[in-house]
Amino acid sequence: MAYSFPEEVLEHVFSFLSSEKDRNAVSLVCKSWYEMERWCRRRIFVGNCYAVNPKIMIRRFPEVKSVELKGKPHFADFNLVPEGWGGYAYPWIVEIARGYPWLEEIRLKRMVVTDESLELISKSFKNFKVLVLSSCEGFSTDGLAAIAANCRNLRVLELRECEVEDLSGHWLSHFPDSFTSLESLNMGCLNSEVSFSALERLVARSPNLKTLRLNRAVPLEKLPTLLQLAPQLVELGTGSYSAEIRSDLCSSLLEAFSRCKNLKGLSGFWDVVPAYLPAFYSMCPRLTFLNLSYATTQSPDLTKIVSQCHNLQRLWVLDYIEDTGLNALSMSCKDLQELRVFPSDPFVADANVLLTEQGLVSVSEGCPKLQSVLYFCRQFSNSALTTIAKNRPNLTTFRLCILEPRAPDYLTFEPLDSGFGSIVQHCKNLRRLSLSGLLTDRVFQHIGTHAKKLDMLSIAFAGDSDLGLHYVLSGCESLRKLEIRDCPFGDKALLANADKLETMRSLWMSSCAVSFGACKVLGQKMPGLNVEVIDERENLDSIPHNSPVEKLYIYRTVAGERFDMPHFVRTMGKDNRRFK
Amino acid sequence: MDLINFEATELRLGLPGTTDDVPETKPPPSSVNTNKRSSSEMDSSVSDEKDSSRSPPPAKEQVVGWPPVRSYRKNILQVKKTQSEMGSGIYVKVSMDGAPYLRKVDLKVYTSYGELIKGLQDMFKCIIGLYSEREGYKSEHAPTYEDKDGDWMLVGDVPWDMFLTSCKRIRIMRGSEVTES
Repeated sequence: MAYSFPEEVLEHVFSFLSSEKDRNAVSLVCKSWYEMERWCRRRIFVGNCYAVNPKIMIRRFPEVKSVELKGKPHFADFNLVPEGWGGYAYPWIVEIARGYPWLEEIRLKRMVVTDESLELISKSFKNFKVLVLSSCEGFSTDGLAAIAANCRNLRVLELRECEVEDLSGHWLSHFPDSFTSLESLNMGCLNSEVSFSALERLVARSPNLKTLRLNRAVPLEKLPTLLQLAPQLVELGTGSYSAEIRSDLCSSLLEAFSRCKNLKGLSGFWDVVPAYLPAFYSMCPRLTFLNLSYATTQSPDLTKIVSQCHNLQRLWVLDYIEDTGLNALSMSCKDLQELRVFPSDPFVADANVLLTEQGLVSVSEGCPKLQSVLYFCRQFSNSALTTIAKNRPNLTTFRLCILEPRAPDYLTFEPLDSGFGSIVQHCKNLRRLSLSGLLTDRVFQHIGTHAKKLDMLSIAFAGDSDLGLHYVLSGCESLRKLEIRDCPFGDKALLANADKLETMRSLWMSSCAVSFGACKVLGQKMPGLNVEVIDERENLDSIPHNSPVEKLYIYRTVAGERFDMPHFVRTMGKDNRRFK
Repeated sequence: MDLINFEATELRLGLPGTTDDVPETKPPPSSVNTNKRSSSEMDSSVSDEKDSSRSPPPAKEQVVGWPPVRSYRKNILQVKKTQSEMGSGIYVKVSMDGAPYLRKVDLKVYTSYGELIKGLQDMFKCIIGLYSEREGYKSEHAPTYEDKDGDWMLVGDVPWDMFLTSCKRIRIMRGSEVTES
């Protein structure tokens, strides 16, 4: 005798499920749950825009309010993915415009977004509220003007590290005078100067504005004015933080900052003139996020700042902070969860700053809540890695970049296998790991054995043989994203673990030893995968079977092969008649 | 404010983070191309015979996409480097008659007399006004500077670049002392 909850009850229960994983699990229980869940899913996240096509998505989930898409592989951030590879937003926008007229939110990452796409977005969704573009390219300020002019209910417009063709700052003036719903504006990556009076008026008529990230072209002199108009700000990105030293500007800045009682996050700080840093000292005890990664401030000033930020949870900073600054951080910021230290001079062999492994060791000792680390430096040791691992078994993200490829333990000249081995052994919840330094196949054995929760792994200039790759693919049960460059991994490990690839989102391999022939075999054997060979060096039709491919991008998909590829990209094994 | 850390640009052997007290040991060299001038083997077309104190620190052979730093970060820092490579600031003391303490300005921040005067006016809340070759400054305040010879000169007579190299300190003179026939 079947007895089940009425639909309304189930729907109500499902509405509490926000995580995609939970919703995906729910939809697998039985057909009626699948049906019910698909009608009430409101947010979709597509981690690889080529894994599915928009028609399939719209057919299954008819009433979606928010879509998030990611395009290019992560290594595109470092210029490893050639221009023209793909990741076009337009085909998605066209379908979404047709299928979801009531869509409210679009978030795109690493996609090519044209002005045409932005115009289409601005005109297709009557209740459009949120547009977030991260690391996107392909559009100009004209596209932004269309968004500003047409999206009457816009709340969030964030451009995070996008490459925008900056024709002029005039786009901001397209927000109509009747537009008052703005909550978040991030224009930090734009170069042109916007009309300050237009910006001023926009801020003045946006009572709900919580996040404002200015671009470098907004001078420091104008900042007090904006802050006076928006004392309710929670997140602020300053513009240029530089001006002639004037006491009146100092005091007006100080006063304006002190009015912002809700300010929790600060960023910007281009061209810092140290004399103006004390203006925000009064904010420091309240700050939970501080991004000083553009501020070429030296260690003493940085130390002074962090020493006052007792509630800091996330710090992004340049290596100018040095070991002394990180030591101060470890003593003052007991709530620190995330630390990112970027290199000030990454292309110079000799150290320009006194930042070593010791800085990170101090922070690992002093900050009990530290979970996420991104650290660029010039030397490391197995003992330091082991100390960090033992201090902080709660690490979930550990990304270490020793600037010199294949740099050994600077004390013993051994590979850093045992150090990273300690990391994966002690940090049982590690989800993201980036390796660097001199590494043999041993480190991969450790990773395969211990890193059971590892979701994303980045490898460069490491390993000795296919065994390394095999350890990872066969051992890391939770692995979904693997990106590899300049490692001697070849056909054997890949073909032996072909099935594993279908459980992952994607695998990137460049400058490795995978042959053209193996790619073809893999593509033929695994219809659920797109095995894309990317090779700009030669004609893809004439590469011999045993020749290594330049770059390889493998991803699972239900959308079949794509047809928007440039000449230097080919999906292997899909159509035998096409290739020799 | 020490934007130029000359120690950092000093060419030296040894591992980063070590001082000269530590015995010099170096791991097996990787295939990095440095532009340290080594021996006569070096091709003359390659070696740079410029003044060694101005040569940049040894650069790594740049591998594509390594280190994994996003391009917008690289650009920011390169701009900053260029600025600081142009030389550190020229700080001179500025006194104004009647003011309780002196100030310091970095003349490099300005590119012309007009900007300097405006900066001084803002700093001391005074009006200096416009320069004229015949009459100097028509206001109550006259900006003067001490040059390399120890003489007090009126600001504005010589070309800006010449002023930058000869100005040792600035004094804003006031009131009756300013009258000049």
